[in-house]
Amino acid sequence: MTTAPSPTEVEPDPAGAPTGARRSRPADDGDAAGLGRWRATGFVAPALLVIAVFLVFPAIWTLYLGLTNWRLTGLAAAEPEFVGAENYTDALSDPAFRNSLVLTLAFVFFSAIIGQSMLGFALAWTARRLRPAVRSVLETVVLLAWIIPASVVAFLWLALLDRREGTLNALLGTDGTAWLLEYPMQSIIVFNIWNGTAFSMLLFSSALASVPPSQFETAKMAGAGTFATLRDVVLPNIRGHILTNTLLITLWTFNVFAPYLITAGGPQGRTEILGVYIYRVALRDGALGQGAALSLIMIIINLVVASVYLRLLRERRS
Amino acid sequence: MRIKTGLGGTAGLLAVALVLAACGNDDDGGTAGGDPSQNADATEVTLTITDNAIAGGKNSEGAAWITDYVIPEFTAMQEAKGVDVTIEFEENGVDDEDYKTKIALDLQSGSGGDIISIDGIWTGEFAEAGYIAPLSDIAGDAVDDWDGWEQIPDAVQQAMSFDEQVYGIPVGTDGRVIYFNKDLFAQAGLPADWQPTSWDEILEAARALKQLDGVTPLQINAGVPMGEATTMQGFLPLLAGTGEQIWADDAWTGASEGLTQVLDFYGQVYGDEALGDPLLQQEAQGRDTSFQLFASGQLGILIEGDYLWRGVINPDGGIAPMANRDEVVGWAKIPAREPGAGIDGQDFVSMSGGTGRVVNPNTEFPQQAWELMMFMNSPEAFEALIAGGGARITPRDDVNAQALAGDPLMSFIAEEVLPITAYRPALAVYPQVSVALQEATGEVAAGTPADDAAQTYLGELEGIVGDDGSIAD
Amino acid sequence: MTVRAALGVVGRYVFAGFVFVFFALPLLWLLSAPFDAAPSVQVSLPDFTLENFRTLWDNPYAMRSLGNSVIIAAGTMAITLVLAALASYALSRVRIPGRDTLLYLLLLLSSIVTGTAAMVPTFLLMTELGLIDRQLGVVLVLTGGLLPTAIFILKDFMDSTPRSYEESARVFGASSLQILRHVVVPIARPGLATIAVWAVVQVWGNFLVPFILLRSPDQQPAAVVMFTFYTEGGQPNLALISTFSLLFSIPVVLMYLFVNRRYGFRFHGGIKR
Repeated sequence: MTTAPSPTEVEPDPAGAPTGARRSRPADDGDAAGLGRWRATGFVAPALLVIAVFLVFPAIWTLYLGLTNWRLTGLAAAEPEFVGAENYTDALSDPAFRNSLVLTLAFVFFSAIIGQSMLGFALAWTARRLRPAVRSVLETVVLLAWIIPASVVAFLWLALLDRREGTLNALLGTDGTAWLLEYPMQSIIVFNIWNGTAFSMLLFSSALASVPPSQFETAKMAGAGTFATLRDVVLPNIRGHILTNTLLITLWTFNVFAPYLITAGGPQGRTEILGVYIYRVALRDGALGQGAALSLIMIIINLVVASVYLRLLRERRS
Repeated sequence: MRIKTGLGGTAGLLAVALVLAACGNDDDGGTAGGDPSQNADATEVTLTITDNAIAGGKNSEGAAWITDYVIPEFTAMQEAKGVDVTIEFEENGVDDEDYKTKIALDLQSGSGGDIISIDGIWTGEFAEAGYIAPLSDIAGDAVDDWDGWEQIPDAVQQAMSFDEQVYGIPVGTDGRVIYFNKDLFAQAGLPADWQPTSWDEILEAARALKQLDGVTPLQINAGVPMGEATTMQGFLPLLAGTGEQIWADDAWTGASEGLTQVLDFYGQVYGDEALGDPLLQQEAQGRDTSFQLFASGQLGILIEGDYLWRGVINPDGGIAPMANRDEVVGWAKIPAREPGAGIDGQDFVSMSGGTGRVVNPNTEFPQQAWELMMFMNSPEAFEALIAGGGARITPRDDVNAQALAGDPLMSFIAEEVLPITAYRPALAVYPQVSVALQEATGEVAAGTPADDAAQTYLGELEGIVGDDGSIAD
Repeated sequence: MTVRAALGVVGRYVFAGFVFVFFALPLLWLLSAPFDAAPSVQVSLPDFTLENFRTLWDNPYAMRSLGNSVIIAAGTMAITLVLAALASYALSRVRIPGRDTLLYLLLLLSSIVTGTAAMVPTFLLMTELGLIDRQLGVVLVLTGGLLPTAIFILKDFMDSTPRSYEESARVFGASSLQILRHVVVPIARPGLATIAVWAVVQVWGNFLVPFILLRSPDQQPAAVVMFTFYTEGGQPNLALISTFSLLFSIPVVLMYLFVNRRYGFRFHGGIKR
């Protein structure tokens, strides 16, 4: 016997938090399991404790380091000095940083938002109606691209894009094309789509799996086409997942470092995205204090980006 | 612990600090150079050796030598004296930068192995941070009394010194030469016993090689992707050939005449004549590719250290093995810009680096740790290392004289190159200066005029060391 | 079958084919290089040998490190899953002011601790807690870094499970934990499976945390041991690296196939039937 779940309305979140697009219900109705405040606190406490000790504490300490000229070695390691906002003004006035920021925004937009989300969703949607064996094979190759460590992935892509004996040049007959030097940004964008789509695919597969089948059946009986089904059945159900996915992959893509192994930020800084820039400052130049400051700048940018997402999703809803 | 004291206020705000306080029984490490006679008469001793070497992986001969020779032999020696020594070996097998991060963290928290192997170029920054201390501060007079010092040339000792103090014993050194492919030279009508005496002669040979099909004549490392290889195998030996050094008379070299000449030479190599392949210098794996090209006979001339010979094109275990290496590969000293133009009026120049070992200032057993150091640097120990397949140029003249006799290139470097070589300044800001140099060479290889690149470099340099007179005019 | 439906099937398989080629093409190297005596960075028919596998088998740390990876990954995954399920369920059902903002801030903070700059505070913290050279320490640090994201993702799934079942279960006198375990978890299973796979993948490739926190190579996971196959000059030994990567990937793929089959990214809940 099929029971339709109670319809869930979407209403604006009065808290106005970045995740406000979620479905929310009146408080008394939400606590169906009768948790109560105290038991709920007990459920949350273990996770919060681990987060507090192993995440918040080192993170705040790191942010404090961002106010010093601290380095791992040398005089500044022995006696770090408090430099206040100097790390921040240094970064914001560094042309290499601004170049890096512009590249990163393009990188995030094309590789994460357009590439990974769209392809990930398309895969999740298509795979549902493929034969199980075909589906497993397809999901496994996508997954492989995600789980192989970055150090190895780099070799795979060098072998693919190599100027002299690369697989791509052999297939396309474009012998001698130095993809990584002539199309550096395009190359790492495609690379990142390849590398990270698996997560969006998994998340959307699970999200689609959570959509009650009865709703699909209803849509089918009403004669809805693919587009209408997506709009009227799928989108309302997975809106929260779309926001989560976008927020997460944006944040992660801001931090991505793997392209460094393929292009080393070159040629002439044309692929020096923020993750690579921070690596250069924090590790190669050893300025860990400044590296910490850059991390905070990156977080603030992400906050801004998140509020933009929120606004977009809200507008689309109305 | 340095960081923590500075952070007391912030940390105190956090409830988590309470957890720390409850668990913390910090023995207040980090006091550099304690009492040399501490535990000198102990009969039960535990020592730890830390190295970036690991069985079955990176530098495995070095790891095997410590496990199979150093530990049993030294333990037996001490047992004969009635001392019960336990030696632990902390193996690592990672990128040098990661290894450096790990031992810096160890030393900063007052822990870490008793004997630690480090790259000579880190000596300055570790010393300034107070992570390591002069050997005689740690182990006292016993250090100065060691007879091994006489066997290690002063220049080689410099590799582990900072501010006129010796912080460690070098484990080995190296030298740079010009390698060339004799087969390609024969095809281009060039001699098999080639020895250029000026930069122009290098360019002439490259022009001759340019006539051959499918051959890149010459590769001089440039650009940031090559990292320190650009500085050590490219820029610095060339700069030495103009009579200048990057750090001289307590000042960094700015946009000097020599620096501009070097950049200009890069322009000739990678410019219109295209004697070298500039794209190779921009690729992330360019160095690996240039090794592959050299091994497969598609690259004519390459400046490299002895590492190329024993670690890359070695037919027995190299990563780009060259079966006919001994017949085909020739080598020559790196010429100055013109005869007599090099540092100290030399005709030929080179650059060297090397790793070494330091004693942890926090060691509980300074005397025993120093004894172990002396043992590891004894002629017998080096001979055992070389016999185990770890062929290398040792810091000791007495060992090199015999042990390298079987290898023509290694003995060439030990005999001909080490006397004319130079070392990098072991200063804390050197790595940043090095990056600025890599950027300058990369720009020239990509087509920027030498003068412009030199000015950009000067600007970078001022940003790194400040313009308070520590840059030479 | 209508023409439109047939076209749909063809379209699906053509799309799947293209995607397959796109993802599989770079992986070709991983099929050729491990069987080659002296591979380079190019795909070619190997000069066939199994010597690389034998070398790894004899390596004192290689095989053991795969076991260590499994221990660390499974430990982190288990703790993350349990703590995140409890927390996200409570957060989903009980309204706490500013909850979403707090969650997002924690998420942002988690991006800091993955960086190099945070390694120093983390290292000193672990030294104080006496968790250096213990795999438990690695598990806890990694769990701390993964939890905010895990809670963030899981909360969506918890939000979309219908409340009516919990209410009925409550009427029958089930405790909150029982409700979570027997009612909510089965419905949120696709989400939990996603988190499990995601957590394992994050841990599996992590180099810096275990490298810094563990001392003896006996305890190091495979992502760290991977770097021993570089020479002193930093050049990769491609034969061993490619072979090891192949071995390195297998456990995760097997785990994915297992989770996929057993817990499935399919609809399981109690709604049907």
